[in-house]
Amino acid sequence: MADNQEEVKMKKTVLFGALTAAGLAAGAAAAGTLDDVKARGTLNCGVATGLVGFATPDANGEWQGFDVAVCRAVAAAVLGDATAVEFVPTTGKTRFTALASGEIDMLARNTTWTFSRDVDLKFTFVGVNYYDGQGFMVPKDLGVSSAKELDGATVCIQTGTTTELNLADFFRINGISYEPVPIETNAEAQQQYLAGACDVYTTDASGLAATRAAFEAPNDHVLLPEIISKEPLGPLVRHGDNEWGDVVRWTLNALISAEELGITSANISEMSAGTNNPEINRILGTEGTLGEMLGLDADWAAKAITAGGNYGEIFEKNIGESTPIGLARGLNAQWTDGGLLYSPPFR
Amino acid sequence: MSDTHAQTVAYVRDTQLPPSPPPASEVGLVGWLRANLFNGVWGTVLTLLSLYAIYSILASSLPWIFNGVWTTKSLAECREVLDGVRGGCFSVLTERVHQLLYGFKYPAAEYWRPNLALILLFVAALPVLIYTLPRKLLIITALYPFVAFWLIWGGTILTPLLALVGFVAGYFVFQKFSTSSFAAGFFGAVIVAIVVWTIGGWLIPDNANANAMLRYVPSRDLGGFMLNMMLGVTCVSLSIPLGIVLALGRQSDMPIIKWICVVFIEFVRGVPLITLLFVASVMLAFFFPPNSTVDLFLRVVIMITMFSAAYIAEVIRGGLAALPRGQYEAADSLGLDYPQAMRLIILPQALKISIPGIVNVAVGLFKDTTLVSVISMFDLVGMIRGPILSAQEWNGVYWELLGFASLLFFVVCYGISQYSQWLERQLATDHR
Repeated sequence: MADNQEEVKMKKTVLFGALTAAGLAAGAAAAGTLDDVKARGTLNCGVATGLVGFATPDANGEWQGFDVAVCRAVAAAVLGDATAVEFVPTTGKTRFTALASGEIDMLARNTTWTFSRDVDLKFTFVGVNYYDGQGFMVPKDLGVSSAKELDGATVCIQTGTTTELNLADFFRINGISYEPVPIETNAEAQQQYLAGACDVYTTDASGLAATRAAFEAPNDHVLLPEIISKEPLGPLVRHGDNEWGDVVRWTLNALISAEELGITSANISEMSAGTNNPEINRILGTEGTLGEMLGLDADWAAKAITAGGNYGEIFEKNIGESTPIGLARGLNAQWTDGGLLYSPPFR
Repeated sequence: MSDTHAQTVAYVRDTQLPPSPPPASEVGLVGWLRANLFNGVWGTVLTLLSLYAIYSILASSLPWIFNGVWTTKSLAECREVLDGVRGGCFSVLTERVHQLLYGFKYPAAEYWRPNLALILLFVAALPVLIYTLPRKLLIITALYPFVAFWLIWGGTILTPLLALVGFVAGYFVFQKFSTSSFAAGFFGAVIVAIVVWTIGGWLIPDNANANAMLRYVPSRDLGGFMLNMMLGVTCVSLSIPLGIVLALGRQSDMPIIKWICVVFIEFVRGVPLITLLFVASVMLAFFFPPNSTVDLFLRVVIMITMFSAAYIAEVIRGGLAALPRGQYEAADSLGLDYPQAMRLIILPQALKISIPGIVNVAVGLFKDTTLVSVISMFDLVGMIRGPILSAQEWNGVYWELLGFASLLFFVVCYGISQYSQWLERQLATDHR
């Protein structure tokens, strides 16, 4: 095979590399990711191998989705081109090593921000792009209106996830019993639940909504009101490269602030000419030197917002109420509307 | 005595009666039914039960297939069209068939390249599979890997050419030196090939792929059933020679070679394939410097090849052990040296015995290639589990997609099995 001569060259480098850099994750991070991305001309962004509404390639092979939009916004901010992204599909098992080994520059794969992932695995979560939580779905015939009435129920649950532990906690706190039916994937869960192998299916509420949307008769099933866990999902980068972390963090904040300030993909060109709101001007780069501080162009945020619209537009397009998934904004509304989205000021 | 009765008997029939036809219940359809299906009470009961089982399966699956919808744009539209009638939503196949076959990133304008590579595969495989064809045709087979690489990956033709030149140079060195000593020939060939590849690697410009005749397609963009076929064909064809070497090495009298082979075989057989794949995709990245990774496809090929080579080695060792000792002694008594004895007497017989086992491993290996979906490569199953089922239009379509996948795999595996049975009949020289 033609990779042979590459492989031969590799053998030498591998030996030296293995000898010199034992802690390679750290070695990868030290290089200055922002410069690497600029030099390479593409952003390597880790996404899911396929998650309804969040990351999936369409019939033409173009990646679409809520997490994908974050990657595109960062690529637009850094490189000025929303299509300059090399999407690296990762599974739940490979995602962290892909990031730690430097194969990807950032991970946007609906990953829950937890203490141990932040501290022990040495990643920096730059923010939250979706506040999720574990919910329950039951058939309407069961006549249950609250999760607390589920005493003795059989529950389909994905093994090896935090949802399993949350479920045990919830039932213990409420002093009721349940019988778990362990399953491996969401697809399997869907079949088991429809076949009646379990009374209840529990996973993240966004996943439940997407699953229910795919049913033949979605209205025969209800999502119970209880949300029993906190699942803040957000993009993350490696520890130790704060400049790059800032770029991703403030690109996400720019999308959120843009919604709060009413900057949309429709009016952005008009607003870029200058407005009488100084914060809008600072975000769009017509006032101040925010872009320069990040090491980017003055109109970095304008490019990021043009890529897919502001946070609200991205939400509506991929998972909002007009899509088959039909998620309400809920916790993911702006703080001014009673949600949790709250971007620090651009100043 | 002879004519005592001739006069006393009034009438003697001088022709034999024509045999009367057997009773209607014993021949034809009825007879066959009685003999095979309604043979006694139990036979009848079992037949009726089986008929009922077949009927229930067909009654539920045939309408599903014949009512199938092929032209809608989403699962929701399928359900509208079907309007409560049972039927498959095969539209997902019509809309996504190119993704199922080639993955979602292989450029559509270049689909002819893997297609051509597949056709050429049959041409190149013929001289190997049908041993009565002229041996000269093996040159085509030897050239095929380089042509196929160039067709599928594209980019500069210099890369496959360089690889070819390296092999040819190694071959000539081997030819020249192996007459005096096998080791000199072998290691000389390896060194010469490496020198050619290194020098050639310097000579090929870095941007050679940019304006190549065939557009360059990186390994990450390969996918679908094409990826399964590529992995299957590459790994089977690499692991059979490697397996033979390992099997012979395990029987060797030289302790170092023997123990290297034993440790390799036992270690690789003792580890699940999925672990090796995780090592290939995840762990190896930690051992390479950040900007120089070996291509993921190559890493996976190496791991699967190692895995199946260990199994094939044990199958072939079984074949070697089944040969009577007299065969080895006969080879010695003819004055053949070790390579000659192996090549002319032992291996042809041992491999013939091993055919069912090797085919077993090959079929299993081909199906195991779907495991690469867990390391986020989009083979056929990876495409179904990931991108297609997560598309909003097709979320919830399982039977149609997985049925299509099983059909493709069945066709290939059944073909392999039929070929091996044909080969066994062709090679049957014993008189059983």
